Amino acid sequence: MSVQHYQASQFKRQASESLADQQLRQNFRGAMDYLQKKRKDAFSDEDELAQLRLHAENIRQRCLSKLPQLLEQLEQNCQANGIQVHWAEDTRQAQQLIADLIQQAGGKKVVKGKSMVTEEIELNHHLESLGIECVESDMGEYIVQLAEETPSHIIMPAIHKNKQQVADLFLEHIKDFNYTLSVDKLIQTGREALRNKFKQADVGISGVNFAVAETGTLCLVENEGNGRMTTTVPPLHIAVTGIEKVVEHLSDVPPLFSILTRSATGQHITTYFNMISGPRRSPERDGPQQVHLVLLDNGRSQAYADDVLRKTLQCIRCGACMNHCPVYTRVGGHAYGTTYPGPIGKIISPHLQGLEQTSDLVTASSLCGACEEVCPVNIPIPSLLQRLRHDAKMPAESGISSLKGQASAASFSEHNAWRFWAWLSTHPKIYHLATRMVLTLARYIPLPMGAWTRCRSKPELASQSFHQQMKQRANKGASL
Amino acid sequence: MNQVGLRMYPSKPSKVYFYATCLLDVLDPNGGLAAIELLEREGIEVIWVEKQSCCGQPAYTSGYQDQAKTVALSQMALFPNNYPVVVMSGSCAGMMFKHYADLFAASEHAEKAQAFSQRVFEFSEFLARVCRANLTDTGEASSVVLHTSCSGRREMGIHTSSEALLAQLDNVELKQAAYDTECCGFGGSFALRHAEISQAMVEDKASHLKLSGADYLVSADWGCLANINGHLAYRGEASMFKGQHLASFLLKRTKPASEAKA
Repeated sequence: MSVQHYQASQFKRQASESLADQQLRQNFRGAMDYLQKKRKDAFSDEDELAQLRLHAENIRQRCLSKLPQLLEQLEQNCQANGIQVHWAEDTRQAQQLIADLIQQAGGKKVVKGKSMVTEEIELNHHLESLGIECVESDMGEYIVQLAEETPSHIIMPAIHKNKQQVADLFLEHIKDFNYTLSVDKLIQTGREALRNKFKQADVGISGVNFAVAETGTLCLVENEGNGRMTTTVPPLHIAVTGIEKVVEHLSDVPPLFSILTRSATGQHITTYFNMISGPRRSPERDGPQQVHLVLLDNGRSQAYADDVLRKTLQCIRCGACMNHCPVYTRVGGHAYGTTYPGPIGKIISPHLQGLEQTSDLVTASSLCGACEEVCPVNIPIPSLLQRLRHDAKMPAESGISSLKGQASAASFSEHNAWRFWAWLSTHPKIYHLATRMVLTLARYIPLPMGAWTRCRSKPELASQSFHQQMKQRANKGASL
Repeated sequence: MNQVGLRMYPSKPSKVYFYATCLLDVLDPNGGLAAIELLEREGIEVIWVEKQSCCGQPAYTSGYQDQAKTVALSQMALFPNNYPVVVMSGSCAGMMFKHYADLFAASEHAEKAQAFSQRVFEFSEFLARVCRANLTDTGEASSVVLHTSCSGRREMGIHTSSEALLAQLDNVELKQAAYDTECCGFGGSFALRHAEISQAMVEDKASHLKLSGADYLVSADWGCLANINGHLAYRGEASMFKGQHLASFLLKRTKPASEAKA
């Protein structure tokens, strides 16, 4: 199956296409308005919210500060529970590792719970190339898979589609579907199709929301019950997660879980919360016979190595930053060409893919700060974007390691232009002379305004600058 | 000292420095003059330092931190005395209040930048919270819609100070625009680098502001105003509904009726 492919390096073109798609823009605006309101209603008390965010931020920072030890502790405790732990440095290793586990067990049919990390490593695509069927069991993911697309949102993968579009898709792909626009009936249709897949599957693959080091427990947050089915029905369960998802204590989970669901969908708690602590034990009669955990790095350790950029890894994947982003709301998730779209995608993708591919993403923000304002773990996204803008243009400062693709967007002429600007701004006499010249010249010669005038008239410049007028005022005062 | 939000405000000083900003300098000198008049009316001596240019924000947001530092240092040196620095834009004020400290963190200038940033106030913030100005409306009944810059709102937390000043005008109805907390799409070089996205944002912003039904549009930030006004003019809608600086609006409304020419 060939999935429609978007690329981060093609962001501008993809964004342009999205902007021209009025249906897509309506779908996103409507959905983001809804999610913003849900979140707002879930946090009615501003002071309480500030405390919860600070608490969640502190937990994430503490866990990250001990990440290497916690990962080792997690491995030991998982193994003690009978969960086999594997490490993958990059996409290729993870793909191979997971495929090997499936093939060793003779697996042919896989059901997958919702997992952005498996999107990151393009697992479906890889398994299908080996003749292994891999069906998404989350309703949104299932819709996206039928449409041969990728998720456009990390929490709501099919948010770019409205019910008509989903009904059309079901009509095309699901046998005996009675066309309907009733959302309940559409969901029922999808659930029935999936129910059969659960019965047949010999492997279940899931993500992980929190991996608890002190107990070796994998926590999975979901609403549809598909996560429970995926991780309990098939005889083999493989959980895949990024190395940053580890938390130290079991008691770290409730505050993170609570702020995650409220930030994401405005729910105080999700319908399902799974805590997986190993394969079935004698004399249990159900549950998987084998449980594996794959821990993926894939560029995360680059972010980890930098004191400032490490904050990127605090993310608990709630999606609130995209729900509140004016850019995401207008271009949608696919335009980014990355697994993680929106503000969090702009700061994490440079570590996964390198700055060479993602330099247009880090500039695609007005730095309005709406993302930082709602982030449940206080990631300073605009500051990190600014840092990455610097890293895309300039070599690393001494004592700081280079990032993948460091200075790949360096421009000699742009650098010189800023040097000249800095020189001008620190030479007031020439600066004000230049200002005066521009104001005078603009009366006679049209100023080159580039992209500014594609939707704006030229600015009306003052006939005399404030500086000139204040000087005259001062001179008058002096002569009195 | 009085506390509003997270910031402690000093009592009204006798002297302030005035920071006009580079955009106001060429786009709206009258807004600057109006602000000075309002401050002088509060009994404050306004000191204008001729050598000021730009706060350094354009280079900073473009990733050229060295150039931003050079300019920031030169600007800080222009305001040596311990007077408040009143800045005519939320975005530039945000740069000087929040990012100067970030730029020079762990450097030899850290302490200086930190101390300087504490003296920085955006104009409406200063008038409302430090001067605690009492305004008497002398104008005709009308309505106004306010656009607050993202930096003013999120970096400075001062979106309420412009509202508080406008609320003092008895004959002015403050209208609310839909999506009033959303960015107008300016973002400095963002408007040029990602012109199509910026366009989608300013189109929506201008529409929402107009749909508020207000007679006048005001803002305390010339970055946003240049963007919104430019787009309104492009649509041919600027003649009736052109954004003006809050200071100009306040001065016109509160001048004795004989002098007012709104």
